[in-house]
Amino acid sequence: MSERLMHILADSFMKILVPGLQMTIPLTLLSFACALVIAVVVAMIQFAKVPVLKQIARIYIWIIRGTPLLVQLFVVFFGLPNLGILIEPFPAAVIVFALNTGAYDAETIRAALESVPKGQLEAGYCVGMSYLQIMWHIVLPQAFRTAFPTLSNSLIALVKDTSLAANITCVEMFMATQRIVARTYEALALYLEVAFIYLMFCTILTWLQAYGEKKLNIYD
Amino acid sequence: MLTIKKIQKTFGTLPVLKGVDLHVNKGDVIAILGPSGSGKTTLLRCMNFLEKADDGIMVFDGEEFELGKIRKKDILRLRQKTAFVFQNYNLFRNKTAIENVMQGLTVARKMPKDEAHRIAMEMLTKVGMADRATHYPHQLSGGQQQRVAIARALATNPEIIYFDEPTSALDPELIGEVLNVIRKLAEEGMTMIVVTHEISFARNVANKVIFMEDGNVLESGSAEDFFTNPKEERTKTFLHTILQEREI
Repeated sequence: MSERLMHILADSFMKILVPGLQMTIPLTLLSFACALVIAVVVAMIQFAKVPVLKQIARIYIWIIRGTPLLVQLFVVFFGLPNLGILIEPFPAAVIVFALNTGAYDAETIRAALESVPKGQLEAGYCVGMSYLQIMWHIVLPQAFRTAFPTLSNSLIALVKDTSLAANITCVEMFMATQRIVARTYEALALYLEVAFIYLMFCTILTWLQAYGEKKLNIYD
Repeated sequence: MLTIKKIQKTFGTLPVLKGVDLHVNKGDVIAILGPSGSGKTTLLRCMNFLEKADDGIMVFDGEEFELGKIRKKDILRLRQKTAFVFQNYNLFRNKTAIENVMQGLTVARKMPKDEAHRIAMEMLTKVGMADRATHYPHQLSGGQQQRVAIARALATNPEIIYFDEPTSALDPELIGEVLNVIRKLAEEGMTMIVVTHEISFARNVANKVIFMEDGNVLESGSAEDFFTNPKEERTKTFLHTILQEREI
């Protein structure tokens, strides 16, 4: 490896990592937190078979899962201004990632809720708890444990999907890398470098997942 | 204390309860016997609204309810006066033994934690499970889980406890420990309705017996009469078969 390339890689490492810490990670965490809230609400609406809302939930999942994430980003960031709705790149990305991941996670959580034996709900009724109390204290915690590996998957996928936000002018890791490539023409080395940083982020998440699963396994 | 009149329940086109009557006095231990599919469990579940009865009247502590159109608010209130012990225990899997017992107190009745903890320990002691208080259900045997389930039922100080075949899912050597706990409760005057296949238990512990078949009560009366002098031919055959099976 030439000295110039070594120098470029060393020099660019922080220039890629810093947007990673300042943009990719906050974007991921914030989007995922919102996605989880959406997912739990949408899953519970379907689980409890709430009329009307249940149909709305199905339509939401149908549309989100049936269209590409990149198209969704473009619709919100470049399309909505035609209706006079202008959203800054970061909030636009959070909205789209949250809605997108939320739709997939809702299905994961719904399946997990349905895997909790009916007797758990009945036992809750019999000690005098209300439906929502049972959901919160008994059913959701058990469903969460079942859903945890799949939800971890979706978080890891989201870390990588945030690179699409480069297309709507979010200066995250991938866009930072593209800019350096445009200046230095070292595409292979630099894209491998950013791939390595994504890999590191995801490796940490994989460790956290293993740790979380161990913690959650105490009651089974 | 509790009267059920003409309770009816149909699953699809299959009538499961065809107008059953039941009267419970304070301190009664009523055993419900009968072959599989006779409607015993459905009767118990309808009485606690786990199944919605199609028709019938319930009178609880002088208050009358139409079972076909009972309101959610009333269901919640009536359930707070009763407790239910399931065939397969149904302990909350994500809670320890003591948390299982406390749940109905802290969550449903908003009792302060320390008071709930004290009551829960008392109940676990009563069923001989105090030393397993911090174990999760999967760390307990079936008999131990069922005893925790009984402690959970007792903790809310119910006026009546329903038992749905409490020993049917247990290994034979674990049945005794659960029946002993129920026997002890009977001696203390707890009102209980027990759906069971344990004939000797019904005979020794219950004061009333109800024999059901095909959605109807075929015979009911004092336990002594029922076992020594059954009136119906069908009851005689049933008892005969079961006692014969015992000998084999």
